Amino acid sequence: MMPDLGKYAEAVLSSYAVTIALIAVLIVLSVRRSNRVKKELQEVETKVKSNG
Amino acid sequence: MNLNALWEYANPKKFIQTTDRFLPWFAGLAAVTLVGGLIWGFFFTPEDFRQGSTVKIIYLHVPSALMAINAWLMMLITSLIWIVRRHHVSALAARAAAPVGMVMTVIALVTGAIWGQPMWGTWWAWDPRLTSFLILFLFYLGYIALWEAIENDDTAADLTSILCLVGSVFALLSRYAVNFWNQGLHQGASLSLDKEENVADVFWYPLLVCMAGFVFLFIALVLMRTRTEIRARRMRALLARERMGA
Repeated sequence: MMPDLGKYAEAVLSSYAVTIALIAVLIVLSVRRSNRVKKELQEVETKVKSNG
Repeated sequence: MNLNALWEYANPKKFIQTTDRFLPWFAGLAAVTLVGGLIWGFFFTPEDFRQGSTVKIIYLHVPSALMAINAWLMMLITSLIWIVRRHHVSALAARAAAPVGMVMTVIALVTGAIWGQPMWGTWWAWDPRLTSFLILFLFYLGYIALWEAIENDDTAADLTSILCLVGSVFALLSRYAVNFWNQGLHQGASLSLDKEENVADVFWYPLLVCMAGFVFLFIALVLMRTRTEIRARRMRALLARERMGA
């Protein structure tokens, strides 16, 4: 299944590895921050409402 | 079509309500096209007669370079909207797009260097396109740092918008550098409407799918991050109001 990449295998595989890793980090950080800010905003809104 | 209706989406609440519906679709499309395109390109395309298997790097390098430039152009448009119409969502959308554009620039630079080593015999050359891309990366860094450095959101939006206008020169240069200067190592554009100049169909179709994948990924991430920035801004405003009331 794995294609024969010949003498350039290292270059091709490292390109894919770096790209996939960078995109994965970007997605994970974006989702984590989104969830954290959403939760914090809910807490602040609840606090503000309870303070009148 | 009433173009004025578009300004409704500058309302943060309306923006969040609307993107609630669209975000899962863009995320799904990004996953399908990106994974599909990369599998097609990596496993099911032949070697190039000159570049050998390094031609497979095209599926990462070209779409990321495309998005690195277009992300900045999107930031330029939203920054101009902020300057002219003072809609907060547009300034926050520009802020949300910057880290995504910066990652795309890094991917383009790294994959270009990895491809350049075996093909040109060097990781880096002070070639017009490579250099303008490096400067674009530095502009992304500066833009993100400026947003972080200024506490007042409106002042930050004003100053980063001006920086974005200045940086647009390099975004355009990085796109057209190969046309402006007939020197340097970087070859001409891989994509062309002229069938003779465009890459062969066997590479072109999976590349098209990968480009669509990067575009959908960019849209999904920018929508999600803009929603986060809107919420973060509201939180800062509520906390500031509470501090003033205390």
